[in-house]
Amino acid sequence: MGGLVNRLRAMLKLHFIVPFLFLVVVFYFIPVIITFLISLTNMSSYTGFSNWHWVEFKNYEFIFKNPETAQHFWITAKYVVCTLIFFNVGLAFILAIATTHIPRKWGYFFRSLWLLPRITPVVVYIMMWQFLVADAPYGVINQLFIKPLGLQPQNWLAVVPFLMIVLVNGFVGASFGMIIFTSAIESIPKDIMNAALIDGATIFQRIRYVIAPYLKWPLLFVLTYQTLSLLTSFEQILILTNGEFGTEVWALWAYHKALSNYWGNFQWGFGMALSAVLVIVGVLFSVIYMRFFKFKELVKRPKIETL
Amino acid sequence: MIGARIFKFLTIVFLLLVSLPIIFGFIWLFISTFSIRTFGLIPVDSQGHIGGLTLSNWKFLADKTIWLVTFNTLVLAIGLTTGIIAVSAFAGYALSRMNFPGRRSILSLSLMLHAFPSVTLLIAIYFVLRWISKIPVVGNGLPVIGGFGYDTLGGVILVSIALQLPFGVWLMKGFFDNVSWDMEMAALIDGCSRFRILWQIILPQIKPGIAALAIFSFIEGWSSFLIPYSFMTSASTATVATYLNSLLSDSAPVNYGTLAAVGLFQLIPVLIFFIFTQKYMLNIFSGGVKGSS
Repeated sequence: MGGLVNRLRAMLKLHFIVPFLFLVVVFYFIPVIITFLISLTNMSSYTGFSNWHWVEFKNYEFIFKNPETAQHFWITAKYVVCTLIFFNVGLAFILAIATTHIPRKWGYFFRSLWLLPRITPVVVYIMMWQFLVADAPYGVINQLFIKPLGLQPQNWLAVVPFLMIVLVNGFVGASFGMIIFTSAIESIPKDIMNAALIDGATIFQRIRYVIAPYLKWPLLFVLTYQTLSLLTSFEQILILTNGEFGTEVWALWAYHKALSNYWGNFQWGFGMALSAVLVIVGVLFSVIYMRFFKFKELVKRPKIETL
Repeated sequence: MIGARIFKFLTIVFLLLVSLPIIFGFIWLFISTFSIRTFGLIPVDSQGHIGGLTLSNWKFLADKTIWLVTFNTLVLAIGLTTGIIAVSAFAGYALSRMNFPGRRSILSLSLMLHAFPSVTLLIAIYFVLRWISKIPVVGNGLPVIGGFGYDTLGGVILVSIALQLPFGVWLMKGFFDNVSWDMEMAALIDGCSRFRILWQIILPQIKPGIAALAIFSFIEGWSSFLIPYSFMTSASTATVATYLNSLLSDSAPVNYGTLAAVGLFQLIPVLIFFIFTQKYMLNIFSGGVKGSS
């Protein structure tokens, strides 16, 4: 105990780091504790902040018994897996390979192009998608492709909502993996590539035997990192469908229950229990991360010993 | 070698095809900004004939609301940028150059936070902000930013800084790690304080890092939607993003051209930054982006 107090005292002497620690305590530590504490209460806008009481694990039991849970669970799982496989890893990999095998200028152009969805303000980005898939005569896809083919124009957001949330998130997510894979591919020693070329390896053989071995770690990194962000991010879905048409993923469900719903009945206790589940998953993943991704290298000691 | 050429050509065609939604999205935005209506990508007038180009969609610029939300958004973006640079430069310097008990634990903590999805804490942060609101003056009695509590611009800035912090600290630490030790050692031996060393010797050497973080945070703040949407109850007039969202989800018939124009209005500063700093951005994103998918 005494050691801990001394440590804290030493840290506080370090005024350089105090603002950082303060913000971390106020906006990470306390919220984690609050999440778990309130998930054990029946607090809601009905009980207010004074009339609530402890209900032990009732909220968690309710998650298990709730008939809606299975639906939210499966849509979340489907959404995360599909977006990851087809976009955040799959398309990212294809983009990285393709843009490194065409003239540099073109490669650079396409990588910048794919960065655009990520830096475009999210509401503007969603608005573009809404008008791409809007019903005739406004929607771009209906007007350019569906009508000339003689098919029935539709409001695609209502027809294929699941595909839409995967596309919208995938087009943002693909650039992350693309950049990481590109720098990994570019760091492959040139002689190995050239040797493979001289030996007459086809592009697919090169991908399989030369590029893939170098991409093992980047691939794992992107996979874990993006699983976590897909599992917990809901901003795009919130704006695009607001969870309608059966697209309410777990994180959005928690958000709606606790902070934003039409009826103004905020179930803080239950919502916190839902997000506590995500917090646990998040902590688990972050710990796995630290074990795997070269932590020791990142924390090598500074050379000056004095403070 | 002709085979290789065809292969390259086909690759480019393939890339163009997959990129079509992005290309069409932006073309649509630009065209509808200047048209009465659009059918697909073709501007039409109110009868549905081709034509109908107009500037009337930009009339919203004469409205006071847009300038109020623009001002708020600028305050948010500038507040986030200065805050994040100050806090993460100090912390990054300490973590990179100083040895103190607990350094390892703080480092592993901030790395964990970097991986940790902070959006999951949003609901709990709502309670924290409500408590801050109860503190006199600091809570909700400050000029311009309104305070640091719930339903204030300052509160939104504070939360944004906190959620970006692990990213900022790691980025800054990386830049500090690459600065040579010699000058710092010499200055220390000459009796210079660590604060002065940071200010006069180290900071000038990591200007590119600070610029990168500044650009990145400014864009983040300017575009941010979820935090102001969640923590400012007057959300529709909080920032440009929430204002646009309220127009977008309005059930009353809305003029799509105006929507596009407001969208372009928000996009322009981001695009300008992007065009001039693409190289920085490609580097910074490989350092890891938090929060988004």
